[in-house]
Amino acid sequence: MSHTTQSAHYGFAERWLPRLVLAPSFLLSLVFIYGFIAWNGYLSFTRSRILPNYESAGLSQYEALFASERWWTAVQNLGIFGVLFIGGAMAVGIFLAVMLDQKIRAEGVLRTIYLYPLALSFIVTGTAWKWMLNPGLGLEKLLHDWGFASFTFDWLVNPDYSIYTVVIAAMWQSSGFVMALFLAGLRGIDDSIIKAAQIDGASLPRIYWRIVLPALRPVFFSTLMILAHIAIKSFDLVMALTGGGPGFSSDLPATFMYQMAFTRGQMGLGAASAMMMLATVAALVVPYLYSELRSKRRD
Amino acid sequence: MIEQNRFWRIVVYGSLLIAAVYYLLPLYVMFTTSLKGMEEIRNGNLLSLPLDISLAAWQKAWSSACTGVDCSGLQPYFWNSVLMVVPAVAISTALGAINGYVLSKWQFRGSEIVFGMILFGVFIPFQVLLLPMAQTLGLFGMASSIPGLVFVHVVCGLASTTLFFRNYYVGIPDELIKAARLDGAGFWRIFLRIILPMSTPILTVTVIWQFTQIWNDFLFGVVFSGLDSRPITVGLNNLANTTTSVKEYNVDMAAALIAALPTIIVYVLAGKYFVRGLTAGAVKG
Repeated sequence: MSHTTQSAHYGFAERWLPRLVLAPSFLLSLVFIYGFIAWNGYLSFTRSRILPNYESAGLSQYEALFASERWWTAVQNLGIFGVLFIGGAMAVGIFLAVMLDQKIRAEGVLRTIYLYPLALSFIVTGTAWKWMLNPGLGLEKLLHDWGFASFTFDWLVNPDYSIYTVVIAAMWQSSGFVMALFLAGLRGIDDSIIKAAQIDGASLPRIYWRIVLPALRPVFFSTLMILAHIAIKSFDLVMALTGGGPGFSSDLPATFMYQMAFTRGQMGLGAASAMMMLATVAALVVPYLYSELRSKRRD
Repeated sequence: MIEQNRFWRIVVYGSLLIAAVYYLLPLYVMFTTSLKGMEEIRNGNLLSLPLDISLAAWQKAWSSACTGVDCSGLQPYFWNSVLMVVPAVAISTALGAINGYVLSKWQFRGSEIVFGMILFGVFIPFQVLLLPMAQTLGLFGMASSIPGLVFVHVVCGLASTTLFFRNYYVGIPDELIKAARLDGAGFWRIFLRIILPMSTPILTVTVIWQFTQIWNDFLFGVVFSGLDSRPITVGLNNLANTTTSVKEYNVDMAAALIAALPTIIVYVLAGKYFVRGLTAGAVKG
């Protein structure tokens, strides 16, 4: 008899305790993530400038955003940066993963070297590359010393090229990540497929190009998602490397949002640009998650 | 055939070595520059070795370099970061562990929806949270303070830590839990006596991941900190972008290395776990 009351007691605790324990995190994300997204969305329809002002402004903040030359520069820069950074990091990372997969001596040491930039803050990376790329004492001076007297490299201070310095530094920092993901994928491929193809007389590059890499499609897509996500959120690196300058020539949407919302007293405009960033991420992530979940259900 | 093989080996090792040099070069340049004097920097070039090794730049970066108007080096920022990182990592990891435990071993109707909600937080560009968060922190008197920063990092780190622990705990057989329940162990006892002792690997991965993320964060640091709560990344950025004095690249590089040192040490000591966190995080993006 006492046994049944005890298990009934446990039954009650076991029914409610898990919910109770999960409740704080549930509330935190409900309020501070989803509630705040709604709040930010609301702000983007108001006249808020330095202080929030909940007078409705209709769509005027969005109209101002789409009429802003600076915003379109930021969007265009995100396009340039996204394509070159994703393409470059992908190419370097896949190449290194394939090379490391050739039963290399000292693989562990090399992997450690390729991945350490990921442990650094983008501010550290930006500070370092700012010094190396600076016209005058940096790369330019080095090549002058090596005898290329006419070599000039002023991308950091040239409005037409400043965004490309961000690409250079971001690729340096993140290509090792692509390598790690693809190497893990390569290690999951059955060796016997490669051996069979080798017996058929296929050359190694051909085997990789035709058989191995196509088998890594899922890795490719998840890497693409991650890099696109990094690109859209990129903020620190630009702040440390160029500060968005010269002028606003290397602005990205994230730095635009920060400038408007926190230094130029254009809160409504900042909120509107943040909503555009969220919409972009959602347009990428939702179809991806959907297809992921569907393929998982099929398994 | 053998000749061709040797040719390929040379190509493979050659490209791997070139890549290694490419990744290491910035570290080499930072380190050698930080040991030079400004005179030597002006006369030499990026790759020249320091002839007259001096730690003056390190000393200045740590205790007397100017970041804007304030000239006390990176030291105060460094300690701010320590004070912020320790509680933020501890709280977000502990919450993640308990959430993961519930979501994998005590599922209830609707728990998958809660998981989905928390998970989606991983993908959100934090820019959409900045303005409301700034208002709210101000409302609760936590604006420009270290507790405020800790709070933000806990809220925004919850998604990753929950995901890490849940995915790890799913791999622990349910029979273990059932057997313990038959023996009369309840929710907390099972967690403390069975689950937690099995969690060392995922705890290490999560702590390292959160430490690196929070130490390296700049966005929240620059938006939510005040004069005496600025973290090291903000200090470094202010120092390197100060325009009031002559550019001292050796001090900048020493400061960058000081900011990087804690995460580099963790990476060198526990790189395996760091990489595991990266690839585990990759599933979520």
